[in-house]
Amino acid sequence: MSFVSLVPDFLLYALLVGTAIAVVAGPLGSFAVWRKMAYFGDTLAHSALIGVALGLFLELNLTLSITFVCAVIACLLVIFERQKDLATDTLLGVFSHGSLALGLVCVSLYSERRVNLFAYLFGDFLTVTMQEALWICGVAFVLLLLIIRLWRPLLMVSMDEDLARVEGLPVLPLRLTLMMMIAVIVALAMKVVGVMLITALLIIPAAASRRLSSSPEAMAIIASCAGVLSVIGGVFASYWFDLPAGPAVVLSASLLFALTSLVNRRT
Amino acid sequence: MTTTTSSLLLSLHDIGVQLNRKEVLRNISFDIQRGEITTIIGPNGAGKSTLLKVITQLQRPSTGKLEVAKSLTYGYVPQKLSLVYSMPLKVSRFLSLARCSREEYKSALALLGITHLGARQMHNLSGGELQRVLLARAIARKPDVLVLDEPLQGVDVAGQVELYGMIAGLRETIGCAVVLVSHDLHLVMAQTDLVICLNQHMCCYGKPESVSQHPEYLNLFGEQAAKNIAVYTHKHDHHHDLAGEAVSCSDDCHHD
Repeated sequence: MSFVSLVPDFLLYALLVGTAIAVVAGPLGSFAVWRKMAYFGDTLAHSALIGVALGLFLELNLTLSITFVCAVIACLLVIFERQKDLATDTLLGVFSHGSLALGLVCVSLYSERRVNLFAYLFGDFLTVTMQEALWICGVAFVLLLLIIRLWRPLLMVSMDEDLARVEGLPVLPLRLTLMMMIAVIVALAMKVVGVMLITALLIIPAAASRRLSSSPEAMAIIASCAGVLSVIGGVFASYWFDLPAGPAVVLSASLLFALTSLVNRRT
Repeated sequence: MTTTTSSLLLSLHDIGVQLNRKEVLRNISFDIQRGEITTIIGPNGAGKSTLLKVITQLQRPSTGKLEVAKSLTYGYVPQKLSLVYSMPLKVSRFLSLARCSREEYKSALALLGITHLGARQMHNLSGGELQRVLLARAIARKPDVLVLDEPLQGVDVAGQVELYGMIAGLRETIGCAVVLVSHDLHLVMAQTDLVICLNQHMCCYGKPESVSQHPEYLNLFGEQAAKNIAVYTHKHDHHHDLAGEAVSCSDDCHHD
């Protein structure tokens, strides 16, 4: 008897999707930590709900419409960041809660269609179908290739934008690319952990890996591993103890973070 | 092409910069030649850092024109590196990010006498060590123009003398132009080819000897500063190498 035949299909798809997203979330989450983009991730996640409403309204693929809305919000933020009257965190506060409210209102207009709001807010990835799983894995793979290809310039831009620009790197396009990649991962991860917990999947594994690593590459890879472990732990906990899957994944990531906090730092 | 035109790397024509409708720089015109050291001095708020940003093309001038030789490689030592503490980064990796080979960054570390820092984490460096690492990284890129914004903050005086001497030597070893902003007038002047005394406009410029006698310069920095330029001549029985370690002098060492 193989392991695969012991596990029901839906659990297998959930593990597959969760693993694919966690692997990409490792490096992207590391960038989010380095560039202090945790709140930015939250803002994108909240605006994803508008994407859901838009997708339902226009009868589009939801992941596609979420990606679209996240990308638009990311561009708006880049434009608004140029003004200096308000600090970025204030601006993000406005966008974040404004878009969450708008999303909630829009989605509630579909209440007669029995939209499962809870699934969007906290994830529902035990219902992933095989087709969805393959799609998500494909997109995650493309993202991963892009990250590897742009790794050095992205690292330079995250370290010091002025230095990167003097050395001839296209800083603004790189920053936009990073934001778009985070927008895509948010749209993908929405299925797994839902709007409220997406940032956790980005930030917590990267934060946990910080203490264990002495190079940016190690931090990204360890974050991926921590993410995958959290997904496996969360999915099985949810299966055995009948917990909601998204929160279970985030909870196991948080446990990992707590464990690494106990590690004595050498450097 | 004659050698005189090919050694011209950057040319500023009547540059003016306005930030938030406030005039920061006006009527700035000078050339940067290969193998020359240009030192920019001036009081706080004179626009020194802004001028460096114009030269490195970080800041677009509001008026005037900046002519740049084709495919110019910059080496840049910012006043401050916005170090991200959440990013684990060894000194050696920081240098290898500069798109230079292993040999190139090793020799740059050796040139600055900081080979021993290679395995250290960036955020564990002291101020003086960090400045040396930044300088090593800029040099490892084999730049055409080395731009230094108050490069030796946090380096002790003896180390500064040594480092300025080394920077001066770069003109021959990698044949670059050096543009630097400095407060340490008396240390810099001796090595400089062109001094620009800046206070939003170019108060005066030229050879160090002539600038230090210029009435505008004396007005800005006072008589005492002008005298200080010649002051740093006292005798040591030892000197410091580039890492700041004391090294006893041999007979042929006459540093002043």
